[in-house]
Amino acid sequence: MCSTCGCSDRTSIHFHEAHEANHSDEGSGADSSQTARIVRLEQDILAKNASIAARNRQWLEERRILAINVMGSPGAGKTALLERTIRAFAGAPAMLVVEGDQATARDAGRIVQAGAKAVVQINTGSGCHLDAAMLSAAVGKLDSPMDSLLIIENVGNLVCPALFDLGESARIVVMSVTEGEDKPLKYPNMFRFADMMILNKTDLLPYLQFDIGECMRYAHQVNPKLAIFQLSAATGENLDAWYAWLRKQMEPVVRLTDFSETALSSGR
Amino acid sequence: MHELVITQRIVEAVCEVAGEARVIRVRLEIGNLAGVVADSIRFCFDLCTRSTVLEGAALQIHEVAALARCHSCNAEFLVENSLALCGCGSANVEILAGHELRIKEVELQNV
Repeated sequence: MCSTCGCSDRTSIHFHEAHEANHSDEGSGADSSQTARIVRLEQDILAKNASIAARNRQWLEERRILAINVMGSPGAGKTALLERTIRAFAGAPAMLVVEGDQATARDAGRIVQAGAKAVVQINTGSGCHLDAAMLSAAVGKLDSPMDSLLIIENVGNLVCPALFDLGESARIVVMSVTEGEDKPLKYPNMFRFADMMILNKTDLLPYLQFDIGECMRYAHQVNPKLAIFQLSAATGENLDAWYAWLRKQMEPVVRLTDFSETALSSGR
Repeated sequence: MHELVITQRIVEAVCEVAGEARVIRVRLEIGNLAGVVADSIRFCFDLCTRSTVLEGAALQIHEVAALARCHSCNAEFLVENSLALCGCGSANVEILAGHELRIKEVELQNV
């Protein structure tokens, strides 16, 4: 343990010159208005985002809304997966969608066509991710009924969205088999903090040199607890496991009266 | 890319603490696994501090090495790259340090 500041962090290098400079000023009779003083903050830089995210989480819980943060590269198939899912659940529960893109309302248009109850498009402009304040403003605009599923489609990006808690219940990263097996190694933060990875576009596998086993190994090296589903949002193959996972996430949160297998299978 | 937003948050937080005082120095702690590039923060810092009480302040960044404990063999090891793999081959590890993203302290001078 450091004798100057009591810090027990072994990996930390300390700045004792500053402490000492400050200590030596104490009691020296120098004019306090001229004296530099050190204020220890120990403040998490993302604390403000974290507190807004906590508020979002509480707001969502009170309304029994399950919020899922969907992330991934541009073109991984996030919007296609949402369209397919919204059609499959066919309004039970009501689906709310927040769409994050740098520009245009194209994705929001697709989501409305698919039958979402409500959608808000956020255009981040120069921003590369959604943050908790953006989500807070967006859900304020949604007519959010109780007992619904909120899907947040983050800005297509494997780096920045990983850092910002929005107040979601679960994080999903969508990766497509056209991207290369080693994405989890190259963008570990994204995969480390995700609850689930969807390996999309499996219908293209016959035309690609993509080793699924290797990709899954890499993903589990970064995050041993990561659940992985292989599916094709375009053709609809193997979507059952994803729907079952979503249903399981909703069970403790969303109270569903008319939620049935029939509703699911009719929309598939 | 997100470093600009993060630097803006740092400047906001320090301005709140400083009030009318001039900020001479800001000390940050950034873990190697935090997903934030220290050089980008340095680049953004000059831009974000202009016309604030932080203008001209020195920025010191302490980069914290990533440390992990293996649940399979109980060894503690430094994480050399973003892949936290123990020497025994296990990926079942707990990160003990490396995710820090913190304002440690600020040095202020009354004006």
